[in-house]
Amino acid sequence: MTENKVNKLSFLAFGKKERRLITEPINDNNPITVQILGVCSALAVTSMMWPSIVMSVAVLFVVAFSNFFTSLLRKYIPSQVRMIVQLVIIAFLVTVVELFLKAYSFPVWKQLSVFIGLIITNCIVMGRLEAYAMANTPWKSFLDGIGNSLGYGVILVVISFFREILGKGTLMAGSPLEVKLIGKSSEFLINTADTSWLSWYSNNNLMVLPVAAMFILAIIIWIQRSVNRKLINIS
Amino acid sequence: MRSSNFIIVFITLLTSFVALVLSLLFTGLKDIHDENQAIFQKKFVLLSIQEKLGESAVMEMSNQDVAKLFNDNIEQVVVNSKGEILDKAAVESKGYPGGMAENINLSKEKKKSEAERLLPVYIYKGEKDHPIYILSLKGNGLWDEVSGNVALDSDLNTVVGVSFDHVSETPGMGAEIKDNPNFRLKFAGKKIFDESGNYRSISLMKGGATDPVHEVDGITAATLTGAGVTRMLQNGIKSYEAYIKSIQQ
Repeated sequence: MTENKVNKLSFLAFGKKERRLITEPINDNNPITVQILGVCSALAVTSMMWPSIVMSVAVLFVVAFSNFFTSLLRKYIPSQVRMIVQLVIIAFLVTVVELFLKAYSFPVWKQLSVFIGLIITNCIVMGRLEAYAMANTPWKSFLDGIGNSLGYGVILVVISFFREILGKGTLMAGSPLEVKLIGKSSEFLINTADTSWLSWYSNNNLMVLPVAAMFILAIIIWIQRSVNRKLINIS
Repeated sequence: MRSSNFIIVFITLLTSFVALVLSLLFTGLKDIHDENQAIFQKKFVLLSIQEKLGESAVMEMSNQDVAKLFNDNIEQVVVNSKGEILDKAAVESKGYPGGMAENINLSKEKKKSEAERLLPVYIYKGEKDHPIYILSLKGNGLWDEVSGNVALDSDLNTVVGVSFDHVSETPGMGAEIKDNPNFRLKFAGKKIFDESGNYRSISLMKGGATDPVHEVDGITAATLTGAGVTRMLQNGIKSYEAYIKSIQQ
C-alpha cells in the first residue's frame, strides 16, 4: 500500500540524484565557468549587483519552465526543427511573463523590460534545452533548470559584487538596500557623504566596463580550478 | 526523423496555440496596460519637478495620488514648432482622441517633419505667478528610444529639474540615466540659452564638464547613450524655441 503511494509520486521524487541536479551546476558543472555558456549576459549586466540579481531570478524562471515544457513535448518535437520549437517555447514564456508583469507590477516591468531580449538570447536557456530537457523527464529537467540558473546567478552576483564595489564604491545601488561602502563621494554619486571607509579610494572606471567582467570571470575560473582539481582535464 | 507532413502540422499547431494564447492575453490585458502607461506618463512628467513638489519619490506614489497631484497642479498645452498654441479640436484632428498634451505619442511626432510636429507642454502652477514649464523630449539612445522631460523656470532658461527614461539601454551603464537618482539632479540650475540669448542647450560631456552652465558630467561607460541624450536635449528643446521666445517677450 505504502509502496504504491511512493510510486505514484515518484515523478516528483527529490532524492540524492535530484539534489545533484541542483548542486552540480553550482560548482562542478557551472554553466558559466565550466560549460562556458551565458558569458555574454554575464559581461553585460554585471556592472552592478541589483540588476544581476533581477536578471538571475528572471533567468531562473525562464530556464526552469522552458526546460519543463520542452521535456513534456520532447517525444513529439521533430528533430529537424527542434531549435525553432525551443525558441518558440522560450519566447512564449518570456512574453507571457512580460504581459503579466506589465499589467500587475508595472515598476518591476519597467526594470525588467531591458532584460527580456537578453533572456531570450541567453545561451544557457537553449543550451540546457538541447543538452538536458530533450532527453530527460519533465521533473528532472525542471530541477536541472533551477540548478543551472542558480549556478549562473552565483557567478553573476560574485562578478557584480567586485565590479560594483571597485567601480562605484557602492553595493546594491538602485535597490532599497543600497549602501555606499568605500571611496569618497565620487563625481558620479554626488550626494553621498564622506562617511564610508577608505575614503582615499578613487573609483576604478575600468571596473564599470564589460572587460572587467572578463578579468574577474577568468580569476574565478582560475580559483575554482585550483580548488576543484578534477575540472582541469575536462574542458 | 519525422515526415514533412508531421513537421508542418506540429509547427502549425504549436504556433497557432502560442499565437492564440498571446493575443488573448494581450487584448485581455490591454486596458490595464494603457492605464499603467498613462499613470507612468504622469509620474514621469512630475518627476522632473519632484524637488519643487516637495515629494521624495514621485515614482513610488500610488496611482490615485499621482492622478490627483497631476490633475490639480498641471495645465496642459499643445504647441507647434512656430510657437502657436493648438486647441483641443486641432489636436484631435491629428489623430489623438482626447486632444490633451498627455495623449500625444512623441515617438510618432519625432518621425514627422518639424513643421508638422505637435509638442506637449505641461505647465506647473503650484506657486502663484511663477509657472514652471515642462517640455517633453524624445530621442534615440544606443539601442532604442530615450525620452526626457525638462522643467524650465519662469524665465524659460534655467532648468529646475529633469527626468529621463529609456527603453533598453544597458543596465548599469546607459540605463543609469534613469536608474541613478543622482544623475538627474545634476541638471538643476543649468541654462539652455547663453548670456546673449543664443540657444545652447545642455550637453553631457565625456571626461567631465568644463562649462558649469551648459554642460553636465557624462556617465562612464555610457558614451553612446550620453551622445543620444545630448542630441535629444539639443534637438528636442530646439523645436520648442519659438514657443519659448513667444512667452519670454
